[in-house]
Amino acid sequence: MAFVRVSTLARKMELRNLTSDLDIEKRKILIPDINRTALQLTGFWDYFDPLRVQIIGLVEYNYILQMDPDARRKMYGELLEYNVPCVIFARNLMPDETFIALAEKQGVPILVSELPTNLLEAEIIRWLHVQLAPMISIHGVLVDVYGEGVLITGESGIGKSEAAIELIKRGHRLVSDDVVEIRRVSDDTLVGSAPELTRHFIELRGIGIIDVKTLFGIESVMNTQTIDLVIRLTDWNKSDEFDRMGMEDQYIEYLGKKVVCHHLPVRPGRNLAIIVEAAAVNHRQKKMGYNAAVEFYNRVQENMKHPRDEEEDSHEFFY
Amino acid sequence: MKTKVVQVLREQGMDAMNVALCVQRASQFGASVYLTDGTKRMNAKSLMGMMTMGLMAGDSVTVEADGADEEAALSGLCEFFEGK
Repeated sequence: MAFVRVSTLARKMELRNLTSDLDIEKRKILIPDINRTALQLTGFWDYFDPLRVQIIGLVEYNYILQMDPDARRKMYGELLEYNVPCVIFARNLMPDETFIALAEKQGVPILVSELPTNLLEAEIIRWLHVQLAPMISIHGVLVDVYGEGVLITGESGIGKSEAAIELIKRGHRLVSDDVVEIRRVSDDTLVGSAPELTRHFIELRGIGIIDVKTLFGIESVMNTQTIDLVIRLTDWNKSDEFDRMGMEDQYIEYLGKKVVCHHLPVRPGRNLAIIVEAAAVNHRQKKMGYNAAVEFYNRVQENMKHPRDEEEDSHEFFY
Repeated sequence: MKTKVVQVLREQGMDAMNVALCVQRASQFGASVYLTDGTKRMNAKSLMGMMTMGLMAGDSVTVEADGADEEAALSGLCEFFEGK
């Protein structure tokens, strides 16, 4: 199961560890959510999720300050008893000695951040969601074409890597060849990347492994890119039905998120790179609000409203 | 579709050379061949994918073949892992 070490979070967010006796390398965060320890301070522990990172901001801090010392100690005990992954104080607020001593005894790290609470919360949630996102690894090639992340899939030997190398030569960027790790970083975003081991390498049948970064330069590679469009390559088969108009988008699902998928038949001599380029730029145009297929359909419908013999030949372009 | 669990008996484990040979072997068959090791599932005909699996000598792996010559593909791959 995916996890993030408290030490990694501390490094990333520049947090200071107040419980330096504790080994935060071993402490794990399992879920990407946080909790502002507000209502819990008043003694309301229903629905409390002890797996979340706990954040104490200005409001909580001042509430604690005015608490009766006995009630405060009881609350400290209860909070630490839940064995939360860590407690973070925002705005450089300093917890009292009692809390630090108790936390060290319970093994719960206490950290301090310089950031204002809302910024700290937003940053931690965003970062944890990326780190702990559900992941699958699939067989395919991910390239950035005109800013669109295009995932090319299909059987081995169909020409995915060849298409990628031609796209790179045409000025586009490689993210991953052969193995793509897909992470669902938010409800509507899939992000793809390469496994560390194969990053920026391509295998070309008959040539072997080539290193795209050293061969074509840093401008020809990217580390991560969103997956906006999928192109599935299949052998050319006359009886297969292919989308001729492109009126309705087809979809493929990864990790519960649907992505537009074009089914592309492959035949020797077909220039896949140019077709992929066209698909990417057309997808981009659709996102910007213009759908060529719908526009074309409307023109045909409009044309059919006029009886044929009433039609005036218009050749104004020619004269 | 046919599946079989097999142990890697090659002394060096699946190092780069063995992976290349394995991919070559798998590519001889028309059937699609997949290997599963815990959470990782890889196309046995994909060189880069197989390199990322990092199978060591002694590891168990599930071989899965699907297609007209699945029988031959399955036994071919299993023999390979056993060092034949």
